[in-house]
Amino acid sequence: MGDTLLEVRDLHVSFYLTEGIVRAVSGVTLNLQAGRTLGVVGESGCGKSVTARAILNMVQRPGRIDRGEILWYGDPDHPVDIAQLDPRGPDIRNLRWGEIAMIFQEPMTSLSPVHSIGNQMIEAIRLHHNATDAEATEQSVELLNRVGLSQPARLLDAYRHELSGGMRQRVMIAMALTCSPRLLIADEPTTALDVTTQSQILDLMRDLQDEFGMAILFITHDLGVIAEMADDVAVMYLGKEVEIADVDTIFHRAAHPYTQALLRSIPRHDVVTERLESIVGNVPDPYNIPPGCAFHPRCHHYLADKCASPELVEVGPGQWALCARTREILPASGERTNA
Amino acid sequence: MLRFIVRRAIIAVFTMAAISVVAFIIIELPPGDYLTAYAATLAEQGDILSEERLEQMRVSYGLGEPMPTRYIKWISNVALRGDFGRSLEWRIPVNQIIWHRVGYTVLINISTILFVWTVAIPIGVYSATRQYSAGDYIATFFGFLGLAIPNFMLALVLMWIGFSVFDQHVGGLFSPEYRDAPWDLNKFIDLLHHLWIPMIVVGTAGTAGLIRTMRANMLDEITQPYVETARAKGLAEWRLIWKYPVRVALNPFISTIGYALPELVGGVVIVATVLNLPTIGPILLRSLLSQDMFLAGAIILIVSVLTIIGTLISDIMLALIDPRIRLE
Repeated sequence: MGDTLLEVRDLHVSFYLTEGIVRAVSGVTLNLQAGRTLGVVGESGCGKSVTARAILNMVQRPGRIDRGEILWYGDPDHPVDIAQLDPRGPDIRNLRWGEIAMIFQEPMTSLSPVHSIGNQMIEAIRLHHNATDAEATEQSVELLNRVGLSQPARLLDAYRHELSGGMRQRVMIAMALTCSPRLLIADEPTTALDVTTQSQILDLMRDLQDEFGMAILFITHDLGVIAEMADDVAVMYLGKEVEIADVDTIFHRAAHPYTQALLRSIPRHDVVTERLESIVGNVPDPYNIPPGCAFHPRCHHYLADKCASPELVEVGPGQWALCARTREILPASGERTNA
Repeated sequence: MLRFIVRRAIIAVFTMAAISVVAFIIIELPPGDYLTAYAATLAEQGDILSEERLEQMRVSYGLGEPMPTRYIKWISNVALRGDFGRSLEWRIPVNQIIWHRVGYTVLINISTILFVWTVAIPIGVYSATRQYSAGDYIATFFGFLGLAIPNFMLALVLMWIGFSVFDQHVGGLFSPEYRDAPWDLNKFIDLLHHLWIPMIVVGTAGTAGLIRTMRANMLDEITQPYVETARAKGLAEWRLIWKYPVRVALNPFISTIGYALPELVGGVVIVATVLNLPTIGPILLRSLLSQDMFLAGAIILIVSVLTIIGTLISDIMLALIDPRIRLE
């Protein structure tokens, strides 16, 4: 614990479309410790999934990493800048799945429609390890068993359409574990699942994290999931991090107006309200990100003369907020913005 | 799997029986019969057939009997003895006219499909994976050109090239010295020398169309999450493209193998005429014009049966490569 595994510094990713340039990620900085879980939270389109793909250097055209560093401390003394690797070269391909695995939002479409589960798992194992077919099969069966799937040997011959949503995500998790990765990137892994299945999958992921000792980068729009999973949290809005803190601080002492608004919009079963509070306005058009503080059109605390160029301010130990007025609006110590 | 194949085969047999009835009725539909057409031709040349002689011929050909009786006679000869009757116009057994032509038709058909697939699929995959690149635009340009050029014109151009550049006898599938020779290696090589022209001519439009469809199918597939999973696994780009999205994008084409045959028989009569190919299309046209019903019936029946077999093969192949099919 405490060893930095991945450090993203000032990452910029843009999509060059005929309609214009979308700056999907503009200046994200993340620090992920070995064995810990970093939750990245934000609305759709905030750049959290693009950040995840950038870490594997697989941002798809017309997207491109413009600048920034993605330092991978696989060997703590010789960090590799993933952003500098050839996206099709052998170095990044060895890192992918071998050290950094990823699971996706849609377990249905993340699996091939025409290849069996076994085919896809064995492929992953044999790609990164010198294993015979029989050894890879045996390992696949063990992993499927470990993620709580019954009759794992029969499952190897099954296809994705023969499984339920929860089973598919378990298969994806088992597949992600094939090479014992040091980092698992989970891009909204429970969003497409029902609530019961969701909590089973989250439990499973926590157990496996303890067992395999891997770090998790958990991407979600759901603060409830963040509360359950994350050690540290990065809140993103329109391609920028607006707040970074550990999970308790985020929930008890949020410093950015956007984080505060997100917290107010969580349904609470202990408070009876007529309507759920929502954040005023809509997410702005990605082609026309508001100048100055990008959140200002939706912010209650906006002051034209103060909010022109907010910078990340260290609000407390380990807590940073991208807000010019954060010190004025921060709730007094001990006061809670939300439970 | 076996149950699937057996079920489809049984359905295929019933389809064939139904088609034989329909084929027979269609041949019967035009007013008159072969003899009225024959008498008309003779009359044009100033010959008049007497009513008596006509009636005599009608009885000897069995044309006077009611239709169901004639159908039963015809189909039982076909089914039990493989005897398609005598051509009324050619005055020889239908079997002697059609089988070698069916053979050449199938040969040209299969080589055309192979040509189309080997050319079009890699180009379509290339076009999709490098969408809007120079290579994609070039492929698109030639694709549309191939669709737009009429086949018979391409046939004439290639025949001219074959004649002037390769100093080759053009037209047909064989040089004159091999046309009636028994099969040996030299005759086969001569066949290959001639086969490329119809292969390209017949295949060009198909290639162009397939490039466009393959490109569109691939563009749908390469953005699918399962492709992203494969990439995240660390697979090399070309390997993951060919293993995953290409495999899925191919499915629609496999289901069309069965339709390729009737297209070749019906669609390229002009090309077959221009290239003087011993295929079945021109014969079918001629037999229909002269109401040579046994010949026409035999061709329609054989082509239908081949189509059904082709479709059956497509279905089985599709079921083999796409695990989702068997459930449906």
